[in-house]
Amino acid sequence: MDQRDASVPTISRISPFRASATTFGALIGSGFRRYATYRQATIAGTFTNIVFGFLRCYVLLAVAEEAVGQRPAGYDAGQLALYVWVGQGLLSVIGIWGWTELADRIRSGDIAADLLRPIAPVTGFLAADLGRALHAMMTRFGPPLLAGAVFFPLHTPARWQTVPLFAVSVILAVIICFGCRYVVNATAYWLQDARGPITLWTLGSGVLGGLYFPLRLFPQEVAVALWVATPLPSLLQTPLDVIAERDGPALQAGLVALQAVWAVVVLALAGLVQRRAERRLVVQGG
Amino acid sequence: MIKMQDLQKHFTVRVKAGRLRRKKRTVAAVDGVNLTIERGEMVGYIGPNGAGKSTTLKMLTGVLTPSAGEVSVCGLAPVPQRTKLALRIGVVFGQRSQLWWDLPLHESFELLRHIYRVPAAEHAARLRRCRSLLDLDEFLDTPVRQLSLGQRMRGELTAALLHGPEVLFLDEPTIGLDVVSKQAVRAFLAELGATGDVTLVLTTHDLADIERLCERLVVIDHGRVVHDGSIEALHARYGSRRSLVADLEQPLPADFALPGTVLTAVTANGHRVTFSLESTTAAAAVAGLVAAVPVRDLSLLEPDIEDVVARLYTSP
Repeated sequence: MDQRDASVPTISRISPFRASATTFGALIGSGFRRYATYRQATIAGTFTNIVFGFLRCYVLLAVAEEAVGQRPAGYDAGQLALYVWVGQGLLSVIGIWGWTELADRIRSGDIAADLLRPIAPVTGFLAADLGRALHAMMTRFGPPLLAGAVFFPLHTPARWQTVPLFAVSVILAVIICFGCRYVVNATAYWLQDARGPITLWTLGSGVLGGLYFPLRLFPQEVAVALWVATPLPSLLQTPLDVIAERDGPALQAGLVALQAVWAVVVLALAGLVQRRAERRLVVQGG
Repeated sequence: MIKMQDLQKHFTVRVKAGRLRRKKRTVAAVDGVNLTIERGEMVGYIGPNGAGKSTTLKMLTGVLTPSAGEVSVCGLAPVPQRTKLALRIGVVFGQRSQLWWDLPLHESFELLRHIYRVPAAEHAARLRRCRSLLDLDEFLDTPVRQLSLGQRMRGELTAALLHGPEVLFLDEPTIGLDVVSKQAVRAFLAELGATGDVTLVLTTHDLADIERLCERLVVIDHGRVVHDGSIEALHARYGSRRSLVADLEQPLPADFALPGTVLTAVTANGHRVTFSLESTTAAAAVAGLVAAVPVRDLSLLEPDIEDVVARLYTSP
């Protein structure tokens, strides 16, 4: 390099906070562009989401027909249809399944390259995941919702705060989902192969996150226990209940606040797991 | 710039002992390494597979926690101050990538600029230099996953240098490269080292890398340093000799002896002979040989570093 460049440490000319924000923003951009590369996968994934949306919607509407007062778990037909179709759109936004990047990098030893960067791995991966979510929101959220609106009567949010609350709820859900996936993937530090925990996560997040059926179908005590004791209902059930206006305004906002608590807890846990892992880390391969 | 004092790394391995029982066994990957490397030095760090080279490098870069001993790089303790140290060192692992698989090379570089918070002008200047020295232009827009190994390695080198590191760690940077790419990488590193600003630590199995680049050679085996000095010192220590190879018109007489040399090989029905020059000059040996028998052709071979190192690796 230039005579001078190599020896003089770089002095940042902007404030540390702004520099951090710029770095974080650049990483978000990189996540976005990485996923934008795979257009055919985006199209195929969206198509699959729509097909399964029809399946789930007909099943839930059939249940509603048979239920007392035609309101199973307190949802009317329009709310149930909205629940299904927004849920199909959100699946890829929160990125509930299929992320094994961290586990793969630990197993192959490529994690060394992440550790050699002047940025905490949790922060780096989080920023990239937010970029991924942004890309999914722009490409994969709309089509299922549109398909639902064309073929089913969907509930239209009535309160002014519902849509902004939903937006916050989705961002929090993305962060919580990332944190959970990070911890599940990080088991590879100890196990070398995280496929077991990842399978468990796939099952648990689907059933207890509110994907297969609304958790309100459980007895109330069970649903409350799940909400308070695990982050899983905060993944899908909360944003879907917020947009479907299942509850009164107070509980609607309260569920989002609970999400915020879980977001902090899960990220802290991911950071803790990462630090513990680094102490006993064995980087695979020569 | 780099200090290691009695540096050790032990791994615990579980060995099968019976149907369910496992016995714990401790393996010393690095077993008490003492080294000091000054600013601007270019050090070759070699050893057989499993000798502890990569483990040492991982401890120097803060990726692995040492089991015992002390280590400091740029005055920092690598593991506790890893993110701080990351700003001042560059690392190239020949077998791993630090680039983003899905992104074009130039986007990886741009992202690194943000991660290392390098001012745009400095970044541009360094990138310009690497582009011309490493011929990056033709594949700058290609996603990393589509690059050939040689192209990727040139990209990796650039990525490691864009933040102007004080120390560059290279772990087998020429592994798997073709001759032309190897030469390009070596020439680039030689030029980098010539400025004297960057301290370079290079592990490799290709001794030509070392001969071309490093004045100082550290040989490690079974986690211990077995040689630390110049290549010449290594030759001297292990008695490497130049050899004189001669093609003769007729086989040597049975009782022929050339003073100060040892006859080490006779091939081609006695028409080709090889003498090791023990205690005489090449001129004297040639004169003696030509005077005794008619000679068709002569060549003088420098000692081969690979032979010396092979002897070093296999010696108990």
